[in-house]
Amino acid sequence: MSRVTYREAVRQGIREALLKDPRVFLMGEDVGAYGGCYAVSKGLLDEFGADRIRDTPLSESGFVGAGIGAALGGMRPIVEIMTVNFSLLALDQIMNTAATYLHMSGGQFNVPVVIRMATGAGRQLAAQHAHSLEGLYAHIPGLKVLTPATLEDARGMLGTALQDPDPVLIFEHCNLYNMEGELVEDAGPVEISHARVAREGKDVTIISYSASLFKALEASNKLASDGMDCEVIDLRTLRPLDSETILGSIRKTHRAVIVDEGWRTGSISAEISARIMENGFYDLDAPVQRVCSEEVPIPYAKHLEDAALPQAEKIIRSVRAMITGKAA
Amino acid sequence: MSPEHALHLLYEMVRIRRFEEKCVELYSAMKIRGFLHLYIGEEAVAAGVLQALRPNDAVIATYREHGHALARGVSAQRIMAEMFGKMEGCSRGRGGSMHLFDAATHFYGGNAIVGGGLPIATGLALAAKMQQQERIVCCFFGEGAVAEGAFHESMNLAALWRLPVMFICENNLYAMGTALSRSESLTDISAKAAAYKVTAEAVDGMDVMAVDAAAARAAASVRTTGGPYLLECRTYRFRAHSMFDPELYRPKSEVEEWKKRDPIPLLISSMRREGLIDDREIERIESSVAAEVDDAVAFAEAGSLEPPKELTRFVYSDRRSE
Repeated sequence: MSRVTYREAVRQGIREALLKDPRVFLMGEDVGAYGGCYAVSKGLLDEFGADRIRDTPLSESGFVGAGIGAALGGMRPIVEIMTVNFSLLALDQIMNTAATYLHMSGGQFNVPVVIRMATGAGRQLAAQHAHSLEGLYAHIPGLKVLTPATLEDARGMLGTALQDPDPVLIFEHCNLYNMEGELVEDAGPVEISHARVAREGKDVTIISYSASLFKALEASNKLASDGMDCEVIDLRTLRPLDSETILGSIRKTHRAVIVDEGWRTGSISAEISARIMENGFYDLDAPVQRVCSEEVPIPYAKHLEDAALPQAEKIIRSVRAMITGKAA
Repeated sequence: MSPEHALHLLYEMVRIRRFEEKCVELYSAMKIRGFLHLYIGEEAVAAGVLQALRPNDAVIATYREHGHALARGVSAQRIMAEMFGKMEGCSRGRGGSMHLFDAATHFYGGNAIVGGGLPIATGLALAAKMQQQERIVCCFFGEGAVAEGAFHESMNLAALWRLPVMFICENNLYAMGTALSRSESLTDISAKAAAYKVTAEAVDGMDVMAVDAAAARAAASVRTTGGPYLLECRTYRFRAHSMFDPELYRPKSEVEEWKKRDPIPLLISSMRREGLIDDREIERIESSVAAEVDDAVAFAEAGSLEPPKELTRFVYSDRRSE
């Protein structure tokens, strides 16, 4: 075991992939000479050279499309997009090309590209650098959407994604890069088809992913001292969604609160809620509740940004109200 | 001009023309549905350009790509079956007219987002370069795509990284109904490429021999320098943009004027002048092409519809990657 940050765990995953497979290369804005805007790829240019750690111009549609083309041509590109808002400049290539090619070509052309990007708010970066659009991508058939919250997943999901024949998007929450913890040195790829029960409990299921997981765990610890025993699920993968783990937990707790940093309307939390209603309605003792971001562009001022996001306090209020039957 | 080569070019153009004329009939007969964009008038471009490619080279085309697919060697049977929505189609009926694909000939589609193919072509060329493959990428797009950011981003990337892409701009003067002069401040497309240090040249796209020679130069340049080349082929679409277009945006006289430079009669008269062809030879070509088209239609008619239980197949791969 060694003590590493989430940032280092991602870097280890990239480095291991580069060492293992000559088809793998990293490409994106400032991944090379600058070392990555969140310093994820620091040092990799010196170790692997400019061919495999490839700085790109500021042209998201061009280089994401080129990553897709390179994947079609037999490479295994890791494309880094600086932040989720910028990925919208490449949305055409991600949705109209990467997600469609296999089906549109009748199974002839698969696209084994991995696209990583920073997501989420909490660093006062305001309305063009701080949104949580992974739910939007999870809407699109043909894509896989991974949201690693833990160090094991930050490192291991990348290797698994690179083995996948189809396009995989990995969303790394910008607030997690500095998170520290213990990670075994030879931690390898992890499976990506199951959600994980991060905390066992019997009274209510809190469903979350990415950085919200830690807010859910913080809330659960406080609620435990009041005698409320929460089960916390880390979804890990938003598409395909592991409904079975969610429904299995609800069969035990009979209550569900979904925590999602995306906006409430049309969000992944809405999808989860619908699936619970469709398949777990008779297991429920109370209506499903959601703690989401407020429906505003994320503001700059700290107090306003905090107010816009799901917080442990909001989760606590939601769980309490559900268990006591009183409005939050 | 080698007589065999000229005959081959003529044959390819006639194939494309007759195939598409049949498509119009079949569209009216409701056998083909969706959007159908005809290449009639522009045949010299696909027929001429694709002569310069080798079997391992890659091709990326637009939604007006029946001609490219045919000239690249995708079977007429499978193209027609695709338009019929049949399982035997080159995209198993999932793509239709705008999305013809064929792995065997490295035909990477039929892309219906204008400009969308350029970044993909750039990436295919990057992969070829990184793997030191003897391969170039041929990317077709219309002059309308030149207004898209994807064109400029791809020119820059291909030149910056010196990637082996042959960009073929099919300038037919109209982006759907918008004339080039009404949409571009600078209408000389090769000049735009030159601004990115991409070697560029413009050619008469109605003259198949000129296109053939220019494409050979372009391909040779890409193969020897490893860097990109842009060839602007100045051509004209004789038919409407799609089957739903009343053509309000251009005068009939303009169309008639361009039809005087129809690439097929143009080549035939030049071959006649040199004594390379006679009526019997033309008759032989026409009947051979007619047989191929009839055979394609029969194949499509006889094809089967994929069972709807297979609907969601190919959204994800059936297998793990190597």
